[in-house]
Amino acid sequence: MSSNGTGYDLSVTTYSPDGRLFQIEYAQKAVENSGTVIGVACKDGVVLGVEKLIESKLMERNSNQRIFNVDYHVGIALAGWKPDTRQLVNKARKESQDYQSFYGTKIPAHVLTERVAMHVHQATMYWHLRPYGVCALISAYDEQGPQLFMVEPSGTSWGYHGCAVGKAKQAARTEIEKLKFTEMTTREAVKEVARIIHLVHDPVKDKDFELELSWVCDESKRVHQLVPKEVKEEAEQYAKEANKDDDDDDDEEDEDEELVDSGAQ
Amino acid sequence: MSMDNFGLYKLMHEDAPKNNNPLLEQPTLAKTHTTDPIVTGTSVLAIKFNGGVAIAADTLASYGSMARFRDIERLKSFGKYTIVGASGEYSDFQYIEEQVKQSLIDRDYQLDDGRSTTPREIYQYLVRVLYNRRNKFDPLYNVLVIAGYENGKAFLGQTDYLGTHFEDVTLATGYGSYIAQPILRKFYSEKNGNITEQEAKDILKKCLTVLFYRDARAADKVQIAVINDQGPKIDEPIKLETQWTFKGF
Repeated sequence: MSSNGTGYDLSVTTYSPDGRLFQIEYAQKAVENSGTVIGVACKDGVVLGVEKLIESKLMERNSNQRIFNVDYHVGIALAGWKPDTRQLVNKARKESQDYQSFYGTKIPAHVLTERVAMHVHQATMYWHLRPYGVCALISAYDEQGPQLFMVEPSGTSWGYHGCAVGKAKQAARTEIEKLKFTEMTTREAVKEVARIIHLVHDPVKDKDFELELSWVCDESKRVHQLVPKEVKEEAEQYAKEANKDDDDDDDEEDEDEELVDSGAQ
Repeated sequence: MSMDNFGLYKLMHEDAPKNNNPLLEQPTLAKTHTTDPIVTGTSVLAIKFNGGVAIAADTLASYGSMARFRDIERLKSFGKYTIVGASGEYSDFQYIEEQVKQSLIDRDYQLDDGRSTTPREIYQYLVRVLYNRRNKFDPLYNVLVIAGYENGKAFLGQTDYLGTHFEDVTLATGYGSYIAQPILRKFYSEKNGNITEQEAKDILKKCLTVLFYRDARAADKVQIAVINDQGPKIDEPIKLETQWTFKGF
């Protein structure tokens, strides 16, 4: 960032002369350092997938969760600065509970998203607060069908058919765009999500990772939950096979090229 | 105090023995708490059997002596292992249900550690809630029967709006504690506690029929629920068969 050190990056409440808020950009940076998180909305549900990077081999499996249940119909997957994620999950749960006790019905996904986004946005408006270093993917299945939203550190929120954040978001988005998830079932999508996470993970550069997958769909009775063990294993199997095939193809192409090369010589 | 279908009689001031000493008379204060229930359900019955618990109640919520709401559920499943049946103020039961369901979201669903709240935990929690409210002189006017089956063990307990609580192999609230409980206890001891699911359901149905004949707040539309290792199962309401051709009628 070339404008660093010009003195405009110390406070969230002060714009730089060219109209930027550096603290928010730094918060986004915190998200980009995190393992990739992707979400896709399908015809009968929503799938969330997280590439959870293992900080230490001494950590227990399944620790440091990245996908959380908010309410029966809402799940949330988070990328970014970990302690902030907890805070945001608590906020989402509280909003959902308050809505339920006030109106007597479950909170609609867009209302929850808006409230979470509002809260995140508030943290960008006071000198004594620090913006959330978190991107939240909210999956939900309510009266309006399966929906996916993303809340960014700036407090922006949009609905999506598919989205990705974290380290390999560009590659993941490209992969998501190649497929028509809106015409897919969640069953099929789970496999593709697993495949994309495995694909964008770089085993040489990145730390080891654990895959977290969740869905809210008709099959799960519209309840958000981690994808059942068998389904997840099947998806990971598929992911590894598919990516291996890709690698093989690449290798073959390489060999072909070599042949051509040697022929030319 | 128009009715007494779950043992309020002695406690209610209108019917309590009058204190005639004018020095001891209290000034009349505004009512700030529930003094008597408005919309009420009558008896809940339950019995343990081999591998589970059966629990039953009719589907009536009375407004005083009027049969006001004739198709409501007084048996609700609370989480994975528990069914709760309620007699007394129906709105208070609805409130309790809301509160418990929310805390089940927190404790079981959000925590997501594969563990579910057990029947005994729900029972103890409800006892604490009811006893606490009684100490605020603002009771939740219910008698609750908590039936559960978890980890191979059946649970059956009861708590009332005073927080008095106990467990037993057969339970009956309200009018049922006079009329159905003796029948259930006799049946249980005759069978030496060796009862099948079907037998448990049958005896509950019989007791409900007896109650329908004798309890003016009872209805002939009833629900029988079973909790066993398959989880809670609350059957659709059924109509009791009755016989009104006796000469006495």
